[in-house]
Amino acid sequence: MWTRSAILLWLAATVPLAAQSQTYGVGRPPTPDEIRALGSAIAPDGGGLPEGSGTVATGREVFAAQCSRCHGPNGEGNVGPVLAGGQGTLATARPLKTIGSYWPYATTLWDYINRAMPFDQPGLLKPPEVYAAVAYLLNLNGIIREDQVIDATSLPKIVMPNRNGFIPDPRPKTRSRKNN
Amino acid sequence: MGAAAGAGLLVPYRDAFALDTPGKLGAPLGPYGERSPFEKAVRWRRDTKTPETGSSFTPIQDSVGTLTPSSLHYERHHSGIPTIDPAQHRLVIHGMVERPLSLSIEEIRRLPSLTRILFLECGGNSGSEWAEKTGVDVQRSYGLLSGSEWTGVPLSLLLKEVGVKPGASWVIAEGADACRMERSIPLAKAMDNSLLAYGQNGEAIRPNQGYPLRLINPGWEGNTNVKWLHSLKVTNQAYMARDETAKYTELMPDGKAWMFTYEMDAKSVITFPSGGQTLPRRGPYELTGLAWSGRGTIERVEVTLDGGRSWVNAHLHEPRLPIALTRFRLPWRFDGREAVIASRATDDTGYVQPTREALIAARGTNSNYHFNGMKFWIVRADGTVTNVDA
Repeated sequence: MWTRSAILLWLAATVPLAAQSQTYGVGRPPTPDEIRALGSAIAPDGGGLPEGSGTVATGREVFAAQCSRCHGPNGEGNVGPVLAGGQGTLATARPLKTIGSYWPYATTLWDYINRAMPFDQPGLLKPPEVYAAVAYLLNLNGIIREDQVIDATSLPKIVMPNRNGFIPDPRPKTRSRKNN
Repeated sequence: MGAAAGAGLLVPYRDAFALDTPGKLGAPLGPYGERSPFEKAVRWRRDTKTPETGSSFTPIQDSVGTLTPSSLHYERHHSGIPTIDPAQHRLVIHGMVERPLSLSIEEIRRLPSLTRILFLECGGNSGSEWAEKTGVDVQRSYGLLSGSEWTGVPLSLLLKEVGVKPGASWVIAEGADACRMERSIPLAKAMDNSLLAYGQNGEAIRPNQGYPLRLINPGWEGNTNVKWLHSLKVTNQAYMARDETAKYTELMPDGKAWMFTYEMDAKSVITFPSGGQTLPRRGPYELTGLAWSGRGTIERVEVTLDGGRSWVNAHLHEPRLPIALTRFRLPWRFDGREAVIASRATDDTGYVQPTREALIAARGTNSNYHFNGMKFWIVRADGTVTNVDA
């Protein structure tokens, strides 16, 4: 006679992964609140970006109020890192890595400001303020015009200056046979 | 004591040998242990204007064996150490899955577990060594490195439980610290040997190390081992988080940068004698150090005493475990002559730890992360030990 575990093993071997049923039955479905609270990760294709929009002018105000005390009045850096400049320096002896010179995706800017800034009060900014801060920083780096509006549609379309500056790890993919 | 013994007087044995506490009762039993007050090794950290972010370095010059006490494990925090009640903490697995799940820590601890001894090394460990003036001591130059026993549930088990949808290829891990630190982990790694760890060195993970739940990616740079784990989102793309684009990428001399550089290559360093230490006298010593590889098991560690002209095999402590710290040792006599010493590790993929010069020739000096070059120390005639720049 088949035991319960033998039947489960047989099922596991014959049913595609996606169609398998739960084995342990622990946990519960996440609540809508849990999904909302954890739904802030933004994909480079814009997936996850909320409604709202921001302008460079509004962003200048947000930056002055929330960001400049650490990053300097014009993003020149202080306690926080320098946020603009450095384009054309990556292949020199003294590279300056900033949003404009180094960051490959504009969506990362939205994701990071939203999750981690301001340093002492992450999560303070509402989505329109994050869009505005992103717009200001992109303008500060000469990537968008003063009158460009940033929202969920326009942000993922922005091509950052260093978009093609990265290559996947080129080291040999060696791994010990004994290692698991 | 010496005077009494030297005078040849008859004194009770314990008076002669009990030193400072003759006949005195010791301290009573206690509920939680402390090390001897004579032991002083502590983590070192550079002062920052924001003490919630920064790194603290393990005092590997004082280490013995292959495990790091949890209280001395290196730290790298981005927005402080959160205080988390495990009864309130949940891990949510969502995204491209058939059955999204929210799990309590108590539920995770009911699942089949495993225990592994692994090293953990910050991707930025030895970043000082790219500079013209290299690190003066082993703690500050190689101390973003620790060894622990981790206990938890294989991530693959829970990914099978939720049913990963076809087309999925990445898992976005997020921590519950203030900045909700985020990294993209390839699904292949998550299904291979990633661990959802709740135990470290025989007790619950310390808050500094991710209490109550940490993602452990064996052999991969420390930053991918997301602490205070509360979210795993299964996706079909990497999310290009700040810590995998702006940071933890390696800028090459041609202006291109490497990304998704996960594995920590084979590396070793002599911890005694090392920079800042002094040999009190001539005579026999045990030269010792640590070796490790994110790709497998340490097969050999060679030591030079003459600046790299000749090399001898060091003895290796057993058991040598894959992706774990391996202790090497070499009996050595300090005869008052200057010695220029270094170690060189080989792992079981055949990879040999490079020189600093070879790394710089290949990658320049602006790649910041993944420095795994050899470290030379000079033992001076007077017994002081420095780096080679001093």
